[in-house]
Amino acid sequence: MSELILEAKNINKDFHNPVTINVLKNITFTINKGEFVSVTGKSGCGKSTLLYILSTMDTDYEGDLLIDNQPMANKKEGELAKVRNEKIGFVFQFHYLLNEFTALQNVMLPGLKLGKYSEQEVEYRAIEHLKKLDIEKLANKRANQLSGGEKQRVAIARALINDPLIIMGDEPTGNLDKKNSDIVFDIFKQLTLEFNQTLLIVTHDNEFAKKTERTIEMEDGKIIKQ
Amino acid sequence: MKYKLIFRIAKALLLARLKQTTVAAVGVTFSIMMFITLLGFMTGLNDLLDGLILNRTAHVRLFKEIKPSKTQPIDLSGEYKNSYNFIESIKSGSTRKEIYNSGAIMQAISKDDRVLGIAPKINAPVFFNDGNVEITGVINGIDVDKESKLFYFEDYVVKGVSADLKNVSNSIILGKGLAEKLLTKIGDVVVITTSRGDRFSLKVVGFFQSGILELDKVQSFASIATTQKLLGKSNNYLTDLQIKLKDISLAPELAQEYANIYETDAEDIQTANSQFETGSNVRTIISFAVGITLLVVAGFGIYNILNMMIFEKMDSIAILKATGFSGKDVKRIFLVIAISIGVVGGALGLVFGLLLSMGIDQIPFNTASLPTITTYPINYNITFYIIGGIFSLITTYFAGYFPAKKASKIDPIVIIRGK
Repeated sequence: MSELILEAKNINKDFHNPVTINVLKNITFTINKGEFVSVTGKSGCGKSTLLYILSTMDTDYEGDLLIDNQPMANKKEGELAKVRNEKIGFVFQFHYLLNEFTALQNVMLPGLKLGKYSEQEVEYRAIEHLKKLDIEKLANKRANQLSGGEKQRVAIARALINDPLIIMGDEPTGNLDKKNSDIVFDIFKQLTLEFNQTLLIVTHDNEFAKKTERTIEMEDGKIIKQ
Repeated sequence: MKYKLIFRIAKALLLARLKQTTVAAVGVTFSIMMFITLLGFMTGLNDLLDGLILNRTAHVRLFKEIKPSKTQPIDLSGEYKNSYNFIESIKSGSTRKEIYNSGAIMQAISKDDRVLGIAPKINAPVFFNDGNVEITGVINGIDVDKESKLFYFEDYVVKGVSADLKNVSNSIILGKGLAEKLLTKIGDVVVITTSRGDRFSLKVVGFFQSGILELDKVQSFASIATTQKLLGKSNNYLTDLQIKLKDISLAPELAQEYANIYETDAEDIQTANSQFETGSNVRTIISFAVGITLLVVAGFGIYNILNMMIFEKMDSIAILKATGFSGKDVKRIFLVIAISIGVVGGALGLVFGLLLSMGIDQIPFNTASLPTITTYPINYNITFYIIGGIFSLITTYFAGYFPAKKASKIDPIVIIRGK
């Protein structure tokens, strides 16, 4: 029996604007350590909404969410921010780097926020991660001087900096061409195989989903296959 | 560590919009500069105008006034104690104008710790003879050293040396207006007639200009001894005791107290010159109001610029929150930005305010009625700088607080989903 990382129990969510729509219906599943899970489904099936709930950024839902066996309900905003900082790494569709900083500083920021290591150590670890993703030569470039694929790789390095329990991706390849998508996928694959990293990726790219270990398929707010 | 990170992010955001933040800081600088200059200039002017009267006026003046006696002989009689006594046509008696036992009073008062100093004075109305014309005037018999120390007498002597009053016997310092009427110059001799009809010759050793024209047309000064001689009085004859206090606000209370103890009349400066304080207070309030208005306007500038910055940096705020920065951290970042603008803008404003004040201080300002003033007056009171500094921080804090709070409430999902 492998280690349980994330557990969702009967998660329900309604949108109330303008009329009440039940977007997520009794979502229940678990993710174990080292799994590479993708969530697929058509646009509007609620997969992104589910990811925001799992990422603790959205707190307006019913049901239980446990990360690292800790219930997320009733936690304050500041505590949830700490959970995100420590245990979750994010990769978004639109890469979202801070343009005011260099690639290296972008990677370092969550590490400095965590404050577990000294600045020198954080920098060393950040460079190691950049090397791992083969982009250490971009370290001192400003974020807005990077190409889309490069930005996404810097974002992955940033997600890794605090050794998170799980990396969550929201369409991380959605904005990339085929070549860069493959690079990103290979990186994810390498992370699970070599470092036993847990990954949860939301995508509508079926080809990408097929290549992952496990696929959760959603339709109309329900899981139809997992 | 945590604050260092917040400062670093704030700095990066600040530098990314350097032009905007510079404009905001310049707004603060300008308003603080004007605040300092305005207050310095206004209170400088206030002090000058007040000084015209206040420097030369005793805080408490003890004197004997010629007036009808309050107690008539009949009041002392036991027989009519329970009756109403009506006496008509009461006249002032031939009371003496001198203060009794003045030497002992001076000694006692100068030992009081509330008192800065005491200067005696004799008031002698005289006629100045100019050919066959007689000009009415007043000779003030003064102790030059004490008068200079307490009432800046020598500052108002525009020609000649004030010390000559005690060094040259039978000498006089004439008011400038009076000297012009008499067509005298230093070294000349003027002839006076006292109220008793005696004639004396006095040597002119200087001219005096108080800045108040009416006063300069009648006032003149001689030493105490000379004045006593003119009046044919003994050397303990004094008509006024001028007392300067350490704290001017105690004057009414002390006037009352001394009047009771020494059985003289007493007048305090507040009663004598109440209009001056009212005028200065109103001017100071107006300056503060204008200064604070400037600062509030600068505050709105900061508010606008921060709001815009937050609008532009929505993505950055969302990503900071997604990667583990709490709403509190985001709020701190924007507050640090606002306060940095306030600190830098405010500090520069204080410096430029000082420089501008010093500039105004160099502009020549000559007026016949103000002999001691050659440039515009400026008050360099440190209090204005402290108030200006504190106010720049408070305004920028509040100008930053609301945008920062808004930033802290930004929901990252809305931004990430909205793309």
